Amino acid sequence: MIDIINTFINGLSLGGIYAMIALGYTMVYGIAKMLNFAHGDIIMVGGYTLFVAIGLFGNPILAIVVAIILCGVLGVLMEKLAYKPLRGASPLAVLITAIGVSYLLQSLSQIIFGAGTKYVNMPNWGSITLGSLRIQVYTLVTLIASVVIMVALSVFIKYSKTGRAMIAVSEDRAASELMGINVNTIITITFLIGAMLAAVASTFYLLKAPSISPTFGSMPGIKAFTAAVIGGIGSIPGAMIGGILLGVIEVFTNSIPAIAPYTDAIEFTILIIILLVRPTGLLGKKRREKV
Amino acid sequence: MIKHKKNFKLKHYINYIGIGFVTILFSILSLTGNASISLQFLLEKIAISIILAVSLGLVVGFLGELSLGHAGFMCIGAYIGGKVSAMLEASLGCGISNLLISLIVGGIAAGICGVIIGLPALRLRGDYLAIVTLAFGEIVKTIFINTSAESFGGATGLSTPRYNREFLFIYAFIIVLIMLFIVQNLIRSKHGRAITAIRDSEIASRATGINVTRYKLLVFALSAFFAGIAGVLFSFSNYRVQCTKFDYNYSIEILVMVVLGGMGNITGGIISSSLITLLQVKLATLLSGNLAVLQNVLYALILVLIVIYNNAPRLKGFREKYSIKVLFNKIFKKKADPATVRDDEAKWDRVPTKINVDDLLSMDLVVTESVAKPDKGGEHNE
Repeated sequence: MIDIINTFINGLSLGGIYAMIALGYTMVYGIAKMLNFAHGDIIMVGGYTLFVAIGLFGNPILAIVVAIILCGVLGVLMEKLAYKPLRGASPLAVLITAIGVSYLLQSLSQIIFGAGTKYVNMPNWGSITLGSLRIQVYTLVTLIASVVIMVALSVFIKYSKTGRAMIAVSEDRAASELMGINVNTIITITFLIGAMLAAVASTFYLLKAPSISPTFGSMPGIKAFTAAVIGGIGSIPGAMIGGILLGVIEVFTNSIPAIAPYTDAIEFTILIIILLVRPTGLLGKKRREKV
Repeated sequence: MIKHKKNFKLKHYINYIGIGFVTILFSILSLTGNASISLQFLLEKIAISIILAVSLGLVVGFLGELSLGHAGFMCIGAYIGGKVSAMLEASLGCGISNLLISLIVGGIAAGICGVIIGLPALRLRGDYLAIVTLAFGEIVKTIFINTSAESFGGATGLSTPRYNREFLFIYAFIIVLIMLFIVQNLIRSKHGRAITAIRDSEIASRATGINVTRYKLLVFALSAFFAGIAGVLFSFSNYRVQCTKFDYNYSIEILVMVVLGGMGNITGGIISSSLITLLQVKLATLLSGNLAVLQNVLYALILVLIVIYNNAPRLKGFREKYSIKVLFNKIFKKKADPATVRDDEAKWDRVPTKINVDDLLSMDLVVTESVAKPDKGGEHNE
């Protein structure tokens, strides 16, 4: 029983990380109508920034702030240089460009830092014991922080002027442009928020396993993308639910030795099954195609 | 009487001529003992890349769906074909019959998976389908990496029979020719036009009575079949199959070849896949260590720039002035004839409409007048 509760808490915390990355995918998809395949590589850039910044400053908090800012700048740059010229082009072209950007970031980091794994000197907080339950502190921190961030983001989107503009742009871009919303600014802000969330997720991921390589971002990226699709891409609550669901499933299948090696296959099979039953994900809106 | 003139167009046969020439040239070199093993290996790699690029081009360029799991189909073909060949080695040896059987079995196994992946394609839109194909590739990899040592070799991989290097690349190029024959004839048939119609507008083609389900499954199955065959060849070329090779990055590499060659352009795909493979092998010997990644940086940059150049709405005017096709027409042809622009790549949107409203109105006038006063008709026409 204790084991199950412990696994469940671990799953929730991993799910929180996935949810934060998935939010980046889903917001960009909802507002810019594109899949940002390079989102996973922003996580990787965040990780390397932490690696360098902790080495330089020694202070993890300062390093995290630097990583968040740098990733935000990277996200905005990526949007301005690679995606903005293609606005209005076919979705396939945008998708391939995003794949190209992802490939570029991975190769550049491999040139700069080498292909091998680097160890990031993250703080170790140990664990606390509640009765017979032993929980790692980073698990709790991740869990609490991801809940706080998700609530804050929901409040921001629902009540602030910018957030409401985001909803308007995702509903109907042309109409919101007519209402005086600066669509370009809104898209830039979306990329900024998504990239910053990715940097935060990267921090928590490194607290869990403090080693990093150029392909560090691709697996969490693909998993979070899966989570966003399961939840219904474009839907913010969907990304949260999908992320947490996927995290819990992953930790539970990993805890059973017989099926542990097949964890990835199981997760992706669940994705395919969910998409076959509900082609737009759990909370995705069904859009009627118009001619 | 309408005469059906059989017009021979060079561009319909250029692929066969080019590949056939290369095949014969290197076959002679190889059979007379003048081709080194590294050259034979390079040729095998090029043939495999061509098969992969053309088969993925079928899905991406002609059907208009993005598939990110092409390496997964290749992986299935490589393992199943390699295993069949290894099992038949005792009874059939390393002859052509063994090769043929394993190629067909590997191709069919991958083709069946293509149908299975094609099924969600019927319900999902582009982006969702991309993630399903990506997921499929990862599932295949995970399954093969966890097999036992006796069955498929698990993490260490499966070793395959060693075919004679002198002949393997010739077989590979013959397969390329057969595949080109099938694919080109499919694309130029009414089925091919149906496929490109689905790409341009699924709703419109459904409304015209095209069986979208059947064509989507057909294209996915055919594409996967050829990817499987490429996988079997890959396993023979490397003597060993390891599923870590068939990852997401390999699928992307194939996609780069397709995009660089031009969407829906078979000749372009052949050229770009050959050049990229050649470049890879040459750069791999020149650059070592972390510098080897430099070529990936180049790929990525070229990919992004070419896609932006070809698709950016703002560059449309520039493209129309300076594209290779226009420059070619300027040098070799006096006037771009609308009939030649309207080629089999179904670029109907590029057909210049030469209807002038004024002409149309005056033409009407001419017809009525010429009926009434036949002697004045000729003057008006001029």
